[in-house]
Amino acid sequence: MNALPALAVAVPLLAAAGLVAASTVAGRRFTDVWSGAAAVVVTALGVALLLKARDGTVLHWFGGWRPHRGIALGVDFAVDPFSAGLAVFIGFLFVVAFAFSWRYFTVVGPLFHTLMLVFLAAAVGFSLTGDLFNLFVFFELLSVTSYALTAYDLQEEGPLQGTLNFAVTNSIGGFFVLTGIALLYARTGALNMAQIGQTLAGHAADSLVVGAFTLIVVGFLVKAAIVPFHFWLADAYAVAPTPVCLLLSAAMSELGLFALARVYWTVFSGALDGADEALRAILVGAGVITALLGAVMCFVQRHLKRMLAFATISHAGLFLCGIAMLDPVGLGGTAIYVVADGSVKAALFVCVGILGHRFASVDEHTLHGRGRDLPISGTLMALGGLALASLPPFGPFLGKALIEGSAKAHGYGWLAAVFVLASAITGGAVLRAAGRIYRGWGVRDDHGPDPYSVVGDEADLELDASRDVVPRTMTIPAVVLMIAGLGVGLVPGLPDRVQAAAMRFADRPGYVATVLGGRPSGPLPAAAAKGPEALDWLFGSLSIAGAIALAALALTHGRIRAALAPRLERRASAALTSLRALHSGRVGDYVTWLVVGAVTLGGLFAVTIG
Amino acid sequence: MSFLPFAVAAWVLVVGLYGIVTSRHLVHLIICLSVVQSSTYVLLLAIGYKSGGSAPVFADQPPSPRAVDPIVQALTLTDVVVGTTVTALLLAVAVQLNKRHGSLDPDDLHPLRG
Repeated sequence: MNALPALAVAVPLLAAAGLVAASTVAGRRFTDVWSGAAAVVVTALGVALLLKARDGTVLHWFGGWRPHRGIALGVDFAVDPFSAGLAVFIGFLFVVAFAFSWRYFTVVGPLFHTLMLVFLAAAVGFSLTGDLFNLFVFFELLSVTSYALTAYDLQEEGPLQGTLNFAVTNSIGGFFVLTGIALLYARTGALNMAQIGQTLAGHAADSLVVGAFTLIVVGFLVKAAIVPFHFWLADAYAVAPTPVCLLLSAAMSELGLFALARVYWTVFSGALDGADEALRAILVGAGVITALLGAVMCFVQRHLKRMLAFATISHAGLFLCGIAMLDPVGLGGTAIYVVADGSVKAALFVCVGILGHRFASVDEHTLHGRGRDLPISGTLMALGGLALASLPPFGPFLGKALIEGSAKAHGYGWLAAVFVLASAITGGAVLRAAGRIYRGWGVRDDHGPDPYSVVGDEADLELDASRDVVPRTMTIPAVVLMIAGLGVGLVPGLPDRVQAAAMRFADRPGYVATVLGGRPSGPLPAAAAKGPEALDWLFGSLSIAGAIALAALALTHGRIRAALAPRLERRASAALTSLRALHSGRVGDYVTWLVVGAVTLGGLFAVTIG
Repeated sequence: MSFLPFAVAAWVLVVGLYGIVTSRHLVHLIICLSVVQSSTYVLLLAIGYKSGGSAPVFADQPPSPRAVDPIVQALTLTDVVVGTTVTALLLAVAVQLNKRHGSLDPDDLHPLRG
């Protein structure tokens, strides 16, 4: 029995409770140090778990309720290198977020930090658990704390509406997951993922299993913001306080996709054994639509947080394509991509936070040319744009190349084109903003305020006044995040180790033997990942060139475009207007899309699998 | 085991979703969300039910083979806690929106578009 996994959840929960208990006497600095220290401890526990998990999956049965004759009685945490790695990543993000919020809020009560710590506990528990209902509870805890954090600025309409859309859609997603779990329990009488998987394996998937699969997949895809479940994300991220945005953008969609992968491999992979091809096609379809739609919507934004929110959606689509390969190679590539891309997006959010802190605005046009004396964050933002466009040989490039390798093996070689397009467009949008804000390139826009988003300048409590200096507690987190995101691609031997971990993650019989049979899983298998090939370097350079070209084109203010192809320009802008009109901000519309998406997905699964 | 509870669960789910989609008042919308959640209570309890079964209390009495499943009841209880939290939080948001904005019609809100 090993207490480490339980400690990784207990420490932030106890720290949160302690903070509430001390709230009347604790000062601002005590609160900051206390919660930062808790996040550091969680990260350290995660690293210890990761080191242990390399020698075999770490199991913890709560209350000592071990399985009896192969039947799980209690609730377990089953930690493989993937889940431990995710816990480390989340812990790291929280350390950075606490550092950033040190000087970010003018006034902040201990409740903000308490919510953040509970959020941390939920995210770590979500990564480590081996029990399906436990997964749901952490999912809900994660959701509720993030709703509250998004609505932290209660004085304005924007955050309230964003929270409303976020909470309603995600709660419905949560109920779908729970309904799916209930159906699985009705069939198998079990809640332990290994146990359910073992009971389902060996029988063909009938309509009940397909129904449960659909409900659970839809629930997690809502969290992952896959089209058409993505609407809430842009609204919530545009209005949440920047430290929260940083976490949501780098971890939230990723946690949804992690849960999808975890549940697929432990619970359903046995029952859906012959359905790989169909499943791959459906998930790749959803991923491609998400990647392209998110990219286009990202490019048309001038509200910087909303721009990054759509970049997050677009890249979540790319992650889904990686997982959809349903093999360890794609999974390993996705893991590297998630960490690298997540860190870069978090760094970009910090850059936007710095702009907001300094100039009390996050509107690209209002900020035109005003960032000239901020060379560090300007460089970071430009670097971030290039990294989103997968600058070789850094982190996002490596992850993308590995996914493309797996896609080619499954006959999805054309996905490389989608990856180039989506990363070029999202990277181009960020480069355009960086050029406009920090260099003053492009024509000053006199169209006045953004006709689409009223949120932004005056809407944020945190942006109440412009200041003359940027505190170092803001610059350093951005630099650290960017180095982490880019550096992931340079760690020697990382692809091999990640692929070995992915093989362990995707090994359902091995997982069952370890969890239910108590058989130690032993050290990770040896794996040799195929690194980026010449073609990947070409694709990488292509998307960099595309991003720079798009940014340049946008900075010439459309006059060249309008002169070259006036009819095309008009048609494109009409199409964009109707696309943007879909993102209406009305929660009823979003729920309609959610239901339509769920029914479509369920129908597709029923036709192809059932 | 009757089919009826499952039909009721599905009906409650659909009605709740319809309510959310067509709602013109935020408090109505939030209550519809808890209606959707109620469908999970009905479903969970129906799954664990045994006709003629007794309550799953085993202290002070001989164990009955026909007790209903206590696990789903524990799950339902957890689910109720989750639902209450979400409803309370959302109602707080609605109160605050009404204070700031003076309206509870979702169609009147429009700072987030496009």
